[in-house]
This record gives sequence, structure tokens and C-alpha cells, in this order.
Amino acid sequence: MNYETVIGLEVHVELATESKIFCSCSAKYGAEQNDSVCPACCGMPGMLPVTNKHVVDLGIMAGLLTNCRINRVTTFDKKSYYYPDLPCSYQITQWFSPICVDGGVEIETSQGKKIIGLKQIHMEEDAGKLVHDDWTDTSLVDFNRTSVPLCEIVSKPDLRSVEEVIAYLERLRTLLRFARVSNCRWEEGSMRCDVNLSIRPEGSTELGVRTEMKNMNSLSAIARAIEYEQARHIDALERGTEVLVQETRRWDDVKGQSFAMRNKETAADYRYFPDPNLVPIIIDDEWFDRVKSEMPELPEVKAARYVGELGLTEKDAETLTASRAMCDVFEAAYPLCGSAKDTASWLIGDCMGMLRKKKLTADDIAIDPVKLAEIIKMVTAGEINRNAGRRVLAAVMDEDADPRAYCEKHGLAAQNDEGAILEVVKKAIAANEKSVQDYKNGRTKAMQAIFGSIMKELRGNGDPQTIQRLLKEELDK
Amino acid sequence: MKYVTDMKAAAGKTVAVDDTILVKGVPATAGSKMLESFVPLFDAEAVTRLQSAGYTVSGKSNVGEFGLDVMGETSYFGPVTGENGSLRGAAAALVADGDADFALCTDLDGAPRRAAAAENIVFIKPTYGTVSRYGVIPCACSGEQIGVMAKTAAGAAELLSVIAGHDDKDGTSLPEKHYDYTASADVSGLRVGVCADYCGRASQETAEKVRAAAASLGVCEDVSDGRLMLARPAWRILLAGETCNNLSRYDGVKFGFRAEGYKNIDELYTMSRTQAFTLLTKMTILYGSDVLSKGRYDTCYDRSLRVRRVLRNAADELFGKYDVLAMPGCSKTAYTAEELGDSIDAVYAESLFTAFASILGLPAVTVGGIQLVADSMNDELLLSAAAALERR
Repeated sequence: MNYETVIGLEVHVELATESKIFCSCSAKYGAEQNDSVCPACCGMPGMLPVTNKHVVDLGIMAGLLTNCRINRVTTFDKKSYYYPDLPCSYQITQWFSPICVDGGVEIETSQGKKIIGLKQIHMEEDAGKLVHDDWTDTSLVDFNRTSVPLCEIVSKPDLRSVEEVIAYLERLRTLLRFARVSNCRWEEGSMRCDVNLSIRPEGSTELGVRTEMKNMNSLSAIARAIEYEQARHIDALERGTEVLVQETRRWDDVKGQSFAMRNKETAADYRYFPDPNLVPIIIDDEWFDRVKSEMPELPEVKAARYVGELGLTEKDAETLTASRAMCDVFEAAYPLCGSAKDTASWLIGDCMGMLRKKKLTADDIAIDPVKLAEIIKMVTAGEINRNAGRRVLAAVMDEDADPRAYCEKHGLAAQNDEGAILEVVKKAIAANEKSVQDYKNGRTKAMQAIFGSIMKELRGNGDPQTIQRLLKEELDK
Repeated sequence: MKYVTDMKAAAGKTVAVDDTILVKGVPATAGSKMLESFVPLFDAEAVTRLQSAGYTVSGKSNVGEFGLDVMGETSYFGPVTGENGSLRGAAAALVADGDADFALCTDLDGAPRRAAAAENIVFIKPTYGTVSRYGVIPCACSGEQIGVMAKTAAGAAELLSVIAGHDDKDGTSLPEKHYDYTASADVSGLRVGVCADYCGRASQETAEKVRAAAASLGVCEDVSDGRLMLARPAWRILLAGETCNNLSRYDGVKFGFRAEGYKNIDELYTMSRTQAFTLLTKMTILYGSDVLSKGRYDTCYDRSLRVRRVLRNAADELFGKYDVLAMPGCSKTAYTAEELGDSIDAVYAESLFTAFASILGLPAVTVGGIQLVADSMNDELLLSAAAALERR
């Protein structure tokens, strides 16, 4: 018999805010343990939660990106359970009236295009982290991540294969990163996923017994886990290897197996109720429209525009639009220097290369677009040559140098005075008798050596074509 | 605005602060073994305001565990009793005896209102949202409120004017920056409704006191509205649910009491909480846990939220006809710890009179042993009426 796999995902992403959701502690990743905590986020009595409005902005944005309906009146609720990494023993989340409902994300796979429905997106606070110390056999708690804002994106059970799951997750990641809703870094836990899966005979409309695998944190693990669960479910149905029950399972990526979690950990009654300390959030038209106006042009739309309107190659357009930061620099710089193609070439050829050398990504680009445009203009106008331009670019990217001041200080101005260049050419010919002789004997390559010494004398600032021309003229005399 | 900027006016005036309200560096126990060692890192907003206006916090006043009881009888540190053996609320006793000029008290189920009635002094629980709850050890957040205990209505108005006003740190704080309750409103010809349903449940002496006071205030008539009887069960459910949730942070992991001899995390939780909470608190937690549970939420907790709206409609109708409602604040004026015991029954019985103002966040004042309740934001009128009763 053939089977169909039915998958729904709950994706958690940490929202890219400066501070936590209900207090002013920093939400930055990577602080020393328990450095980003205050009485509020470690659950001390007397502190009251006050909603960080930026979290709501990003919640609305997430909904707009995924074609959701935004609930204009949205509320926070409390979810109770005991766990040492949850300081209040309750989590503030959205249960009764989540911020976004009924959306959809279009994916493309080898089977074509398909829309994956979204049930809802809700905002909530993250929990802390337990660190087990085997040496003393104790558990330590790090509250840095406590109250960091999250969005949970809940899909409908519309996914049917690993390929669709991967395409959906990658699409979500692209959208959320592009709109700066989240940096979606699997390795830092700012994107993670619960996988709900069941199997049914092909053609059946009823859902099979569903199992959930929690806290998956990489695409490869998700793919492996889905394949494992599919096989396990089919074995159970066909060969009766076990009786399937609705349960939460833990995926062990090292062993390549999933394990049932203790029933006690999963059979909780969360006792949801509206948080009386957080009055309903009312998103009026002004608020909604402001967030809507901040919604970025999506990457594929941008790329088409770069090709159609600005004349970039498809490859360059695709490379640039893979990173929102690159697009921002590009769009600010090219009108200033007047050439979209040159700007793209500098960004892709030079900036990205420099970033790669430092093991950074395109998203890490930090350059003042005005200065980039200035460099491009100087090179185009022949004020400096391209090599000098690269040196200036490096200085601008590393230390935010002023391009003109840097050129002056390091004497990078192009030598365009033909008379002066001719002087140097003559001197070089006089000083390189052997090369001149070789050249005259028909070894044209010997000209390169003389050219090199001229460039050295001009400290790299001579216009290469002028030098070539003058040198040839002199040699051929 | 008369936000007391004249430090001389406040110089030397002392304020006792309930142990459910945080004063930086001073243990805040909430009357519980659980928080015996808890030293807060910051001041409650109300404390900051009274101190910066020149008042002195002269001490912390004992409270029943988390302020959930009738009048302090469940405090881990023992109740305060008078010479005749009857219970005294600590804050009310300090003010009545002249040991403090004022007291700040958290009113979540009427304890300070009853204590003030027993001492025949004044307590005002202001409109919900006028005084910041930042720094209140939380139980029933949707109705608990800091109020002021004073010997006179004028005194209560003075200190309330100092501590009331918007606070960004409390999301339910009302927008008004400052309030001045010290000007006296015109209370001639006040329309007073006497809540007959509540009077009928109090001692005859208390009921007579309410009628006499109402008559002396202005035009009065009896009101009977069956909806008012819904306030107590609904508030009990909301209070218990919220309290159960708020007290769940005391798990023995981070701060507060931790039992010894536990073998695993579940035992750490269970033993710490079992050993530190009193019976009343445990009963409240169990009750709250029940009304929030899956099968019961709709018929208990959610229904109580809907009853709150029904009561709000009732209040709109009543306050269309009357400026203030007069009612008992408690069934009688003296209790002993023995008769109250430590179960939920005694406080449930007494909350009949206080739940209406609690569940709706209405301003309520105890004066001359009775309770006056007005509509939201009519605190000034209420205090003026209380002052008029004092002059009677």
C-alpha cells in the first residue's frame, strides 16, 4: 500500500529586537551567563510586564509577509507549567487571540508551486536555559534568554514531504530575514521547529495518529527525523511493530532515532487565562499602516526590478538580493554614483570578497553608501585607478575612513600628467637596458618588466593605458 | 496639582508599609514563610513617591499570608491581637494607636477595609489603576490595589494625592499624571443607595450603622439588585485563579524558602511549597488551579470574567441613580483568630461585602465602621463624603 505523510510545523523564531519583550534587558545573543537579567525576567515579585511595542511591529510584519489576517485587538495570556528554566512558572504567550491568523506561504519544489496554509502566528516570551554540570551533578540556570521575544508560526497540516518541509522553512527564513523580523540562525537557536507528523493510506481523508518532535534545530536533522518517523509509522501500520500513540518525541540526531518523552513531561494542563497585567493591544489604522509602509520589497521582486530597470545581469541581481543589507547599500549608493552596474560590480566583486576573507557574510556589510559611491565616482572619473580604489574601499570598510582624505594622505591620486609620466618612462627605459634590448629582439613580453618599474616609480597611481601607450611609443622610436 | 512639593509639610510624617509592598533592602515577607528571607532590590513606585515627597517609611506592617485572609490571622509571624484578644490588622493598629501617621496597604480581598472598620479609622482603596502596582507582591492582579490608611479622610486624601498618578512601569496604570484629592467636593444632597442585600447579611448593629450614616449623608433609599450577589463567587474564582498562577513562581528554585532533603526537582517543588504555605494559601491555590483547568475554565473562570461585565452593567445603572452606595465593610467589628480558623470559609464569608468593589476596581472607603463605594474615578467625592460623615 502507498502512504501519504501529513506534516504540520510549529516554527519558533526569536524576534530581532534590541530589548526583551516585557523588560528593558538586552536581547542580544551571546552575553555572559545571567548578564542580561533583571528582577522582572527572573521572576521576582513586584515587577510588572510592559509590552515592548517593537515586538508587536515585528509580529504584524511577520503576518504581512505570510499573507495573514492581523487581529486588530490582540491579547496576551498566561500558560502555566513548572520547569526550572521558567522563572515565574508561567510563560506569557497568546492563546485566545493571537496577532495573526489564516495565512499562507507559497513554496516551489520539483512538483511545482504550492501554498502552505498558516493557522496562526503568535507572540510569546522565550524560556531560559539549563546547563547540566556533570562534575557536581547539578543543574545551573541561565536566564539570559528568558523573556526574549519569539513568534511561533503554526502551519496547517499541509506539508507532504521532506522536500516541501525544507522549501517551506527556507522560504520562511528568507522572508523573515529580509524583513528583519528575525535573523533566523538555526545554530544560535533563533530559529527552531516542532514537527507534527502522521501517516495515512493514499487517498484517505482521515488523519492518522500524530506524533510531535520538539525543538529541532537544523534542516538536516529535520529531514532525517521525518524520514525516520515515516518509516516507524509505516512499520507500525503494516507490520504491527508497535502501537502508535499520540505523543511527544525527542529526536536524537547522533543516534538517528526518536524517543518517546516521559508522559509526565507532556500531559500538562497549561491552565491558560488572559494576563490581567497586560491590557489588550489595539492596533489602529495608523499603527497598521506604518508597519505596512515599512514592509520591504521582497527579494524576487527586487531582483526582477534590478534586471529590468537597472540592467543588471540575473546572476548579479540574485547575488545582491540574497542579502537585505547588500540591497540597502546598493540602492542607496547607485543613484549617488550614477551607475547601477558599477555599484553592483564593486559590491559583488570587491566588498563580498573582503567580507569573505574575514569570514563574514554579505549580511555583515557595514559601509556608508555615500562613501562607496564616492570611491566609484573617483575611479570612473580617473581620479584614482581601480587598484587604489580597492585600497580606499578596504580602509572605508575597516575603519570608516573618508575616501578623499585617505587618498590625499596616502598619495593615491592618479598621475594623469602625460609630460610627467613621459619623464618617468624615459628614465625607466634608460635604467632597463637589458629589457629594452630583449624587446627590440622581438620579445614583446620584456615590456612588462619596464612597465612594472614605471608603475612602481609612480607608486601605482599612473593610468595604465597612458603608460602603455607612451612606453610603446618610446620603445618603438 | 498639589503633588506635595513642600517637603516641610511632610517632614516627620511617618508611613507604615504593608509587608506585601516592596521597600528596597528591607525584607518583604508577605506574611509568608516562603518569603521570610526575601530582600527586594527596588522600591515600590508608591514608596518612591512618598519618600521623595518627604514622608518617612517607619516600618513594615505584618499581613496575613499574601494578604489573602480576613485580617492578618494567617501571618507566619503570628497575628496581631488587642488586649481583649480580638484581632487587629497591623497597619490599622499602628495608625489607630498613633505609632504611624499613615499606612500603605494592599487590598485584594478587603483585609485592610475590615481592619480599618475594626479600628474605626479611614481606609481608601482607590480606583484601580490610579496607584501603580509596581512593587506589590502579586496575587490577584486584576483587582488588587494599594490603598491608604489614615486617622481621617483628610489624611487619606493627603497621602493618596502623593502616591497616585500614571506610572509607565505598570501597564494597567491610568494615563492621568497626578491626582489631587485634597479639595473637598460638594456633597450636599448626595444621592445614597443603601445595599439592602448586603445589610441583611451583616450583624444588626453593623446594618443600623450603615443606615444611619447613609441617612445623614443625604437622600437615601434601599437598593436591592440580585446581580450584586454574584460579585463574591465571581471574584473568588478570578482571585483564586490569578493567585494560583502568581504564587507558582515560589518554587524553591530561585529565591525564597527551599526545603531540605529533596531527591529530585519534583520533590524540591512539592516539599518547599508544602512546608512554606499555610492552609488558606494552599486552598486558594488548589481552588484556583481547578477553576483554570481544561474542563472547568469555561464554566468557572471565563464565566466569572463574563459576570464581571454583568456587574459592570449593574454598576452603570446603580451609579446613574446614586452618587455613592453605602454597605457594610464586614459582618461585624471584632473577630478572634480562633473563630476564623485558617480555612477559606471565614474569608469567603467576609468577602461578601468587599468583592463588589474589588472585582470592578471601584473606589471604596471605610469610615466610621461602614463602607462607601463610588463609581470609578470618583475617589474625591468618596473622600468628601467620608469627611462629611466624620463631621456628623
